[in-house]
Amino acid sequence: MGRRDMLRDITLGQYYQTESVIHKLDPRVKLAGTLIYVITIFFYKNFLGYALAILFLAFVIRLSHVPFRFMVKGMKAILFLLMVTVLYNLFLTPGTPVFTLGKLHITKEGTGIAVSMALRLSLLVIGSSLLTLTTTPNNLTDGMEKGLRFLKIFKVPVHEIAMMMSIALRFIPILLEETDKIMKAQMARGADFESGNLIVRAKAMVPLLVPLFVSAFRRASDLAMAMEARCYRGGEGRTKMKPLKYHGRDYLAYLLLLFFMVFSIWAGRLKLPMLTI
Amino acid sequence: MSIIQTKDLVFDYIRRDEEGNVESIVSAVDHVSLQVKEGSFIAILGHNGSGKSTLAKHINAILSPTEGTVWVDGMDTRDDDKLWDIRQCAGMVFQNPDNQIIGQVVEEDVGFGPENMGVPTKEIWERVEESLKAVGMYEYRKHSPNKLSGGQKQRVSIAGVLAMHPKIIVLDEPTAMLDPMGRKEVIRAARALNQVEGITVILITHYMEELVHADQVFVMDQGRVVMEGTPREIFSQVEKLQSLRLTVPQVTLLAHELKKRGLPLPDGILTVEEFLAAIG
Repeated sequence: MGRRDMLRDITLGQYYQTESVIHKLDPRVKLAGTLIYVITIFFYKNFLGYALAILFLAFVIRLSHVPFRFMVKGMKAILFLLMVTVLYNLFLTPGTPVFTLGKLHITKEGTGIAVSMALRLSLLVIGSSLLTLTTTPNNLTDGMEKGLRFLKIFKVPVHEIAMMMSIALRFIPILLEETDKIMKAQMARGADFESGNLIVRAKAMVPLLVPLFVSAFRRASDLAMAMEARCYRGGEGRTKMKPLKYHGRDYLAYLLLLFFMVFSIWAGRLKLPMLTI
Repeated sequence: MSIIQTKDLVFDYIRRDEEGNVESIVSAVDHVSLQVKEGSFIAILGHNGSGKSTLAKHINAILSPTEGTVWVDGMDTRDDDKLWDIRQCAGMVFQNPDNQIIGQVVEEDVGFGPENMGVPTKEIWERVEESLKAVGMYEYRKHSPNKLSGGQKQRVSIAGVLAMHPKIIVLDEPTAMLDPMGRKEVIRAARALNQVEGITVILITHYMEELVHADQVFVMDQGRVVMEGTPREIFSQVEKLQSLRLTVPQVTLLAHELKKRGLPLPDGILTVEEFLAAIG
């Protein structure tokens, strides 16, 4: 039971249910916004740009009514990566040394790069977790399907990908439950999933994975048949029960995003002697 | 004309070895000819491997006959141009409720069929509402299907088919994975569709109790229709049913045994009430 709840938490516990302007925004705006934000923070050459990016993000977080600790949750996953990046840049960037520890030098250039890298990574993670925290998975796939429709010109099966994603989301809890059932059944017959080193434990997973895969394939084939029986024939000629429609606030959000991008990139590339990275 | 008609229907499952040579051929459906009147409630009964599910899949054009013909509302199921019309006309509900619900929210799942058919948005919402109300699941429309009971999930599946406005609903062992409560819910929903909406219902099952309300029953064994008639006619042949490895409802069996011992009882007693009336 405990394990299952934990797994469910990871995969579906992302969305934070509350009422806010950000929650109500069209998913396409949020997707585009996240993309713009992530690209923008790679253009900065001074810390003024980062300051603006932090301010903007703080403003959006305030609007979203999502407690800040939920954003930080995502940070835990990249903590190790963050540390490595910072230390690597801090000690291994050549330049004017400001601090020496035995053979290792911390340079002025290194500090700048390390700090800006750490900022970039954190903003990236917090910015994108804001997207998943304020958008239901369903809404997200809808937004992707409609927002990326132009990719059809390049023969990208946008509808099919979106359909696959939403089916995957629907089946996650079912397959988790199934995993739990198989696990208990195998444990009842003496299987041991918990002791031994990594290799032993990985090998112990085989009797779990084989039946799980077999059942997943059977489910997939059943589902395909059920979908066909309900006249599913791809995205062609399909109507939507909940079509996406832009409202006034969505256009306003686009405008704000555009303004943020242009202004912060302009400010972030000014030659400021004190704040240059 | 009958809404469903099969003529000398044969369907072979061909087992091939690794090189693609035919190893064996099993006729799952073997020269079946039957007719179903519009608006009737039909039950197809048989134990595992009798070919009843294979037969059911022909009505929705999921399977195409090896030999013979199936007409659904006058359309030949081998006609590729009519494929989607046939599937809209004859909806199908499958055994496992988890493997046929596509939506992450009940109402979205019910809307899936109409979406595929290209029904305008406003009408989809009307259809979803009316279908969910017809199976008594309207108050669950915003729920996640994962949190529903088996019987409720199956009723959502029925609503999903109903929203496509079919003339026929084929239920392929819809109760096989449910508890007795869920079974009752689903059968009640299926009967309501038949009686209130006038939809032709084909119920595939191996539970004898479920065919009590049918207008006509077909019993299948080894791909053939071996018995055909009203439930009463079927149930009066207890020995034959038992030889087909089908379990007769307890009341029917009791009445049959008592009659054999000389008690003057009518043939084919189906319910406890009937039995009480007969001995009272």
